[in-house]
Amino acid sequence: MHEDATHKTETLLGADELILNMGPQHPSTHGVLRVKLKLDGERVIGSECVIGYLHRGVEKIAENRSYQQFAPYVDRMDYVAAVSNGLGYCEAVEKLLMVEAPPRARVIRTILTELQRIASHLLWLGTHALDIGALTPLFYCMREREEILKIFEKYCGARLTTHAFRIGGLQYEAYDTLEKDVERFCQSFEARVQEYSDLLTGNSIWIGRTRNVGVLNSADCIALGASGPVLRASGVQWDLRKAMPYAAYDQYKFEIPIGTNGDTYDRYIVRIEEMRQSRLICLQAIENIPAGPIMARVGKVLKPPPGEVYHSIESPKGILGYYVVSDGGTQPYRVRIRPPSFVNLQALDKMIRGHLVADVVAIIGTLDIVLGEVDR
Amino acid sequence: MAEKPKAPPSPESSQSKETGASPQPSAGAPAAAPPVKPAVPAAAASPPAQVPLANELTRRYRERFGAAILGALEDRKQPILIVDLSQMLQIARYSRDTERFDLLEDCTAVDWPRREKRFDLVAQLYSFTHNTRLRLKISLGVAEQAYSLAGIWPTANWLEREIFDLFGIEFLGHPGLKRILLPDEWQGHPLRKDYDILQQDTAWVRENLGIESGQ
Repeated sequence: MHEDATHKTETLLGADELILNMGPQHPSTHGVLRVKLKLDGERVIGSECVIGYLHRGVEKIAENRSYQQFAPYVDRMDYVAAVSNGLGYCEAVEKLLMVEAPPRARVIRTILTELQRIASHLLWLGTHALDIGALTPLFYCMREREEILKIFEKYCGARLTTHAFRIGGLQYEAYDTLEKDVERFCQSFEARVQEYSDLLTGNSIWIGRTRNVGVLNSADCIALGASGPVLRASGVQWDLRKAMPYAAYDQYKFEIPIGTNGDTYDRYIVRIEEMRQSRLICLQAIENIPAGPIMARVGKVLKPPPGEVYHSIESPKGILGYYVVSDGGTQPYRVRIRPPSFVNLQALDKMIRGHLVADVVAIIGTLDIVLGEVDR
Repeated sequence: MAEKPKAPPSPESSQSKETGASPQPSAGAPAAAPPVKPAVPAAAASPPAQVPLANELTRRYRERFGAAILGALEDRKQPILIVDLSQMLQIARYSRDTERFDLLEDCTAVDWPRREKRFDLVAQLYSFTHNTRLRLKISLGVAEQAYSLAGIWPTANWLEREIFDLFGIEFLGHPGLKRILLPDEWQGHPLRKDYDILQQDTAWVRENLGIESGQ
């Protein structure tokens, strides 16, 4: 093993430090994440993340595709929340073009994006619980997630990498029973969330494994740029959907759940509550989907005037930003993607120091990273 | 102000069906609003996207840093400050402490090989206190080094490692500047414009993967 940048620390029993390699092929690292742990016995005294195994050069690809051609690629970053990725990209390019998607498109986008948030949180909950040793929630979570994926499939034909939105609006009109399907899902979902909560929230093993594990306070969150549920669990009531509303979020009432401790348990509580809030947003949105066109007036060939735009959305993982630069041509001059997983992962080192190796698994899980997005 | 004139034509113009019908909207839609060239919709008639900016915020910056603020403009209603490389750390610190831009949302670079100063370093700042954004831009020659923002916003650590990795820009005062996405021994910086999309470090690929090409 290479020498480490971190200086030597006094170990508990005067024994040598042990370097333990975790990943990249390890079921609990949720993909190809490699963490070099520096251990004193079983206690972590330092770490280094090695990433890039899934680097595909997405930003380089963008410079060699037209604006529309690049849209499907963003689905493949955070592949468990493809709809959110697509929303951010489409809205960024729309801002660059100075057009706005019609109201109907914006509402349908909101519905699908919130469903995607639920689906992403469900997958997180199932796998996170599995990592910690609770096998049961995974099956329940997958069952509900399946309902959402079915709605996506009915809407656009794809379940995961959906490419659901187009620059300027939507390609597909909502199918006939979309509202009904969403409503049926939402009706049943309330009891289902309660079910997960019953399994875990008061469970003493769960509390023992998550409370005071991986604490990140609000000052550290902001300094390290950690966003999304990680930030909110530390007590900062901030959500881009409220702070800088996009799509149709300004029309709906919802709460921003927060935690107090910033530990793994709080992040769990925040995400559970976020699923409930997303459900409420969906229910409000299907009440009144405005009629009208679903596509703004954009040409077949997109040539945004030279300039640049930064647009970010609240993806299930945190701030997902797109910085798009145009030189007036048909291809973006530069697309920079600000991935929430990448930035949140940076906080891992701070969170795992002083904890046991088993807690590292819980903390990687609670960060809710997707390596496709970390590496791009 | 740039967006207003474009918004009206959109609602009634295009079809609500599918793109199969899209040749028609451009040709046949009876656009009530000012006739926009169908082929190049936004570019043709739109007002300039970038306008000079002079508001309270830029005034305070100019007052304090004078000539180090090389320009202030607004692009798509987003404020941009172009600042001098030599003062970037002071300006960044002032932005965080006095203007309360406590979050460095993103930091990246853009390569303009034909310009005298080749790289643009771009930092997106966000203020929780004021709920506003500000973009700082710093021009950088190919032989110049930037100053690391990691001492001001620790989140810059990995973001700058990524810029170093993909653009080859070095940061003075960075706590551990090395590649992050590509292998440590990789030659070249892929996001530079002179790095072709099919280009790769063939020697590395041959040696480490045992194949002739990664394509």
